[in-house]
Amino acid sequence: MCGIAGLIHRGKSSNVGSELQGMLQALKHRGEDSTGYALYGDTDGKNFIMRFKVGENVGEGSSSVMEDVSVYDERKKIVDETLAEMGAKIVKEERTLPYSLRYEIDYNVKDLLEFSQRIESIPGVEILSMGKSLEVIKDLGNAKMVCDRYSLDKVVGTHAIGHARMATESGVDIKSAHPFWGYPFSDVSVVHNGQLTNYWNNRRVLENKGMRFMSECDSELIAVYLAEKMRDGATLEEGMKASLTGLDGVFTYFVATKDSLGMAKDTMAAKPLVLYESDDLVAMGSEEIAIRSVLPQEIDTYDPFDGEVKVWQI
Amino acid sequence: MANLKTVSKKSKAQSMGMHTEVLTGRTQQKFFNPDEAENFYYFGTYDVDFNKRTDLDVKDMTAPEANKEIDNLMSQGYGTIVIKNPQGKHSLGVGILNKLNLIFEGSLGYFGMGSCDGPIVRINGRVGWSCAENLMAGKVVIEKNAGSCFGAAIRGGDLICKGSVGARTGIDMKGGTIIIGGDAGAFTGFMMQRGRIIILGDVGINLGDSMYDGTIFVGGEIGSYGSDAIDAELTKSDQDWLKRKLKVAEIGENFDVSKMKKIVAGKKLWNYDNLEPTEKKGAI
Repeated sequence: MCGIAGLIHRGKSSNVGSELQGMLQALKHRGEDSTGYALYGDTDGKNFIMRFKVGENVGEGSSSVMEDVSVYDERKKIVDETLAEMGAKIVKEERTLPYSLRYEIDYNVKDLLEFSQRIESIPGVEILSMGKSLEVIKDLGNAKMVCDRYSLDKVVGTHAIGHARMATESGVDIKSAHPFWGYPFSDVSVVHNGQLTNYWNNRRVLENKGMRFMSECDSELIAVYLAEKMRDGATLEEGMKASLTGLDGVFTYFVATKDSLGMAKDTMAAKPLVLYESDDLVAMGSEEIAIRSVLPQEIDTYDPFDGEVKVWQI
Repeated sequence: MANLKTVSKKSKAQSMGMHTEVLTGRTQQKFFNPDEAENFYYFGTYDVDFNKRTDLDVKDMTAPEANKEIDNLMSQGYGTIVIKNPQGKHSLGVGILNKLNLIFEGSLGYFGMGSCDGPIVRINGRVGWSCAENLMAGKVVIEKNAGSCFGAAIRGGDLICKGSVGARTGIDMKGGTIIIGGDAGAFTGFMMQRGRIIILGDVGINLGDSMYDGTIFVGGEIGSYGSDAIDAELTKSDQDWLKRKLKVAEIGENFDVSKMKKIVAGKKLWNYDNLEPTEKKGAI
């Protein structure tokens, strides 16, 4: 089933970590195999923030295997060496869990493709997000468990999207959890509720064009699809509109960039979405109770129609 | 059994597309004697007094707890219940099988007022997916917007949304009336079998797709017609009925019903055309 939620504050920052946790926790009945956050925090914009993993948290049906912490240590060491070789300086380092790391990197390059390819050429290493504001945090369990584990409740920023997952198309592990980073674009993330039926056809085409997939999760296709459109010069909104016909199946998805948040709903309108929109806040989720967790008072909400695409700026 | 196809005279209800079979002259079976009504017991119903009113704050209740308390209040004879702080909870007000004035001061989540038979409900907020699914009788009024599958499979009663609704409104409906003050999404009236839908605003793609019977009236633009949905003539009796219905629904006061479009089933998809009426009813 899965549940998605997102919000964007326009013209101000707020405690988006805590707010998104409340929204996703309200949707936990839609799935709590894993929960993921894409948080756009307030930063000085100088350094890249790289969230990455050097191992898996393995759940039911996962194609990954649990490994010893010493393996993670070895991989981390190779990552550090590779960063140094590329001239990327680690300004700050946090190791929240043995397999999950957060680096602030002083690295002066716009095209992250080569950078990402080199880091991910290290076996067992996956970049969860790369950007100057974006941080993707995802792990097994419900929203509160993941929030507590990674201390996300104090993150202040402008916008955020998240996902509560009930695994249906692939196993329970971090690599299949949402949000997906719009590799290799800085600060792009995607969450999806639904099922894509032309996943393999699209994946073959995109892989032939040099795009990278890290999981077997159909939702990853949306991030890769949009990234490829943007690589070819389309705006985010143009890419999203193209996805209404380019992607087959049923879907409602959110995509976020450094300064915007968008939603798209398939032409069958088969997946739910409730939306609240005011001058200073847009909040949306698979169910109204998600919005209620940040706006308990009576508010006017609505369901976007079939084939609708909307994008908001901060 | 008379050959029904030779009967040419159409009743008012038939001409409006409510049904096509001719019932005139058929044996009407008596199912019960009205004199024995007091011997009948309809499980889950209570004798309530509309003038006996109470409030119920469900802020800290789960949906089953709230529904159980509504049932408890009805058992005490309360005929008017005001629900405070529903806060978008799912499945509130389901399974009410008797007359009751129920007022929600706020919005409902999914499946609100499902499987009800008889209550008069006003929701001063919005509703999520599948509001009033399987409604048998009564009236449900939503002051704001509604989600998808609004009035799915209803058999009777009036379901009114003063705002806009999502996709698949009236999917599989078998009777009753749905009235929408705003716009409606895709697949409105999908596979509807009886009843009527009125939309004052625009409607999305695939309107009335695979509808077997029933009628849809649209005041605004139509995205596209679904398979086997066709235009029909808007008659004087249609317009009179629409005016009356909108007035009772307190919606579209000055709406010009004469410009509405009427959509019915083309019946090209019918595969039970040769069945006897009783069998046809079973099929539907």
